Amino acid sequence: MDIFLQQLINGLVLGSIYALIALGYTMVYGILELINFAHGEVTMMGAMVCLAIMQALLVGAGAPPGVALALGLAGAIVVCMALGFTIERVAYRPLRRAPRLAALITAIGVSIVLQNVAMLVWGKRYISFPPVIELARYDIAGAHITNLQIAIVALAVLLMAALLLLVHRTRLGRAMRATAQSPDLAALMGINPNAIVSVTFVIGAALAAVAGVMVSAYYGIAHYYMGFLLGLKAFTAAVLGGIGNIAGAVLGGLLLGVIESLGAGYIGDLTFGFLGSHYQDVFAFFVLILVLVFRPSGLLGERVGERA
Amino acid sequence: MQALPLFKRLALAAAVVTVGLTGCGKQEGAPKTAADIVVVKIGSVAPLTGPQAHLGKDNDSGARLAIDEVNAVGVTLGGRKVQFQLIGEDDQADPKAATIVAQKLVDQGVKGVIGHLNSGTSIPASKIYHDAGIPQISPSATAIKYTEQGFKTAFRTMTNDRQQGRVLGEYAVQKLGGKRVAIIDDRTAYGQGLADEVVKAVRASGGEVVAREYTSDRSTDFTAILTAIKAKKPDVLFYGGMDPQGAPMVRQMQGLGLKARFLGGDGVQTAEFARLAGAAAEGVTASSPGIPIDSMPGGKAFREKFTAKYGPIQTYAPYAYDAARAMIEAMKRADSAEPAKYLPEIPKVRFTGVTGEIGFDDKGDVLGGAITLYRVKGDKWEVLETVFSGAPAVKK
Repeated sequence: MDIFLQQLINGLVLGSIYALIALGYTMVYGILELINFAHGEVTMMGAMVCLAIMQALLVGAGAPPGVALALGLAGAIVVCMALGFTIERVAYRPLRRAPRLAALITAIGVSIVLQNVAMLVWGKRYISFPPVIELARYDIAGAHITNLQIAIVALAVLLMAALLLLVHRTRLGRAMRATAQSPDLAALMGINPNAIVSVTFVIGAALAAVAGVMVSAYYGIAHYYMGFLLGLKAFTAAVLGGIGNIAGAVLGGLLLGVIESLGAGYIGDLTFGFLGSHYQDVFAFFVLILVLVFRPSGLLGERVGERA
Repeated sequence: MQALPLFKRLALAAAVVTVGLTGCGKQEGAPKTAADIVVVKIGSVAPLTGPQAHLGKDNDSGARLAIDEVNAVGVTLGGRKVQFQLIGEDDQADPKAATIVAQKLVDQGVKGVIGHLNSGTSIPASKIYHDAGIPQISPSATAIKYTEQGFKTAFRTMTNDRQQGRVLGEYAVQKLGGKRVAIIDDRTAYGQGLADEVVKAVRASGGEVVAREYTSDRSTDFTAILTAIKAKKPDVLFYGGMDPQGAPMVRQMQGLGLKARFLGGDGVQTAEFARLAGAAAEGVTASSPGIPIDSMPGGKAFREKFTAKYGPIQTYAPYAYDAARAMIEAMKRADSAEPAKYLPEIPKVRFTGVTGEIGFDDKGDVLGGAITLYRVKGDKWEVLETVFSGAPAVKK
């Protein structure tokens, strides 16, 4: 039982990171019906920028760890917001009226560019996360949870709640929902669709930056290539939950994390050693296929009216 | 093209030798008569460009030092004085480039090859040398497959992964007190190969493999498999893979309260691992094939000679030096530099090299098979001990 609980905790931590990144995919898709494949790389940039700032502050200025982390996170958010804005402005907006395939290809192009820029700036080596967080471990019914894990889940939940409030309770959120339904009609109501699209990208990028910092703090390393797999998993989570649906992205992310964790943990025992934990990803994607066969628009995908 | 008449060929050879010698500027007087000296070409292949260039240059210099020393003393084969010439080639650590370079050396008529540096390049190149009947001694390839292809021409002076796996497995059970051992590998040829050998050795030494889990060489999250492993209560956890996975793995073990001793191979025994894992690295044990230079029987003298000529030693230079010496030793035994004649003599070679007693078994692996175990203390690797996995070379 304690092992099951532990796997559940592992899965929830992983899942809340996936969910934060998945929100970026789903928000952009909700408004533009575009899959922003550069989003995983924005996450990577968040991690890299935060590490660079922290390194400079800790080594260069001798700042206290807490301050360095806070400033690193803030810097990462600002840089990623600017990055999100620029990507949309340069790579997607000129192609807004072009066939959708063109935008998809520029998205992949942006992703390759960002990866290589990061490689040139920070090199091919793995970068380690400085030991600014004093790890403390708590026992819950035999399972362990660290303060870092609690912080990750709490911050993710907070941000997701804030996003839901923003989309459903504010004028900006209403404008976003209106633009998602019909950009042309929204324009007739005095909404500037271009501005709304920009805001969407900026918010998504900010969430990605936070997720990137979480990933590098949690695993202790960052790498120019880390965005690829993260982006792929988060995109899967968005599709699983119903792409375009905000609550769906959260549900999909958490579900994917838990499935992966339980899958890797129990697949060997369930199949009497016939399948091992190297089938971890197969397991997750098999669930995705099953869901899509029975619910092609994802778990919460049908409520298109609420997408933002 | 018509074959050149004999006297013209001799004249040409004389010209080549003269140019070669005066070019070096080492010998003042011209050779007495050209027919007295035969030039024997030996290839040396390693990545001389790219991220591993420093290691490649190191290997090349090691072989070059051996050749220069032998030339200075002078060798007579089949009644004629022999001048060895080392032809350095760059394989860029790339398997494709390796086969091209190998073919080029064969076409140039080299009598033997010292190289390549990587397992990934040594293996494809070994086919070409085998087909041409040219002996190859790698100073640094560790993959088991290299000497398992049935090629009588492939030898190495470096301990292989089977020997390393055996030492690691025995160490886990006997020295780390691992009655229950968990194994994770990254499904690469290296990681899986090493892990499989560790499993065998753990069982052979009376330990129990309680969990066998897998990850990939791109993963960063191991919490799920570590949790599953924790349920099996292992004393030791062995990871067959590289440092970018090993480092987050030890961190996550700490977060999960998994107290098993962490053991790794040479993919983990890197400065990078200690840097990435930070405080969690403390107490981690890992192995590396070979002996630290200070513990080698001829280490001190070699270091002085080498650094005076080429600068600091990187890693494998002593092994390249011994490889070149073993090759020339076999030629002396056969009294010939012809591959067909001296190849059967290579397995019979026995001498005390820089790295220890040199000799090869019938597969082509080095007999001593030294493995050194290290442990992280502070943020540095400290030598624990060196274990010889194979039969000692002095025997027989």
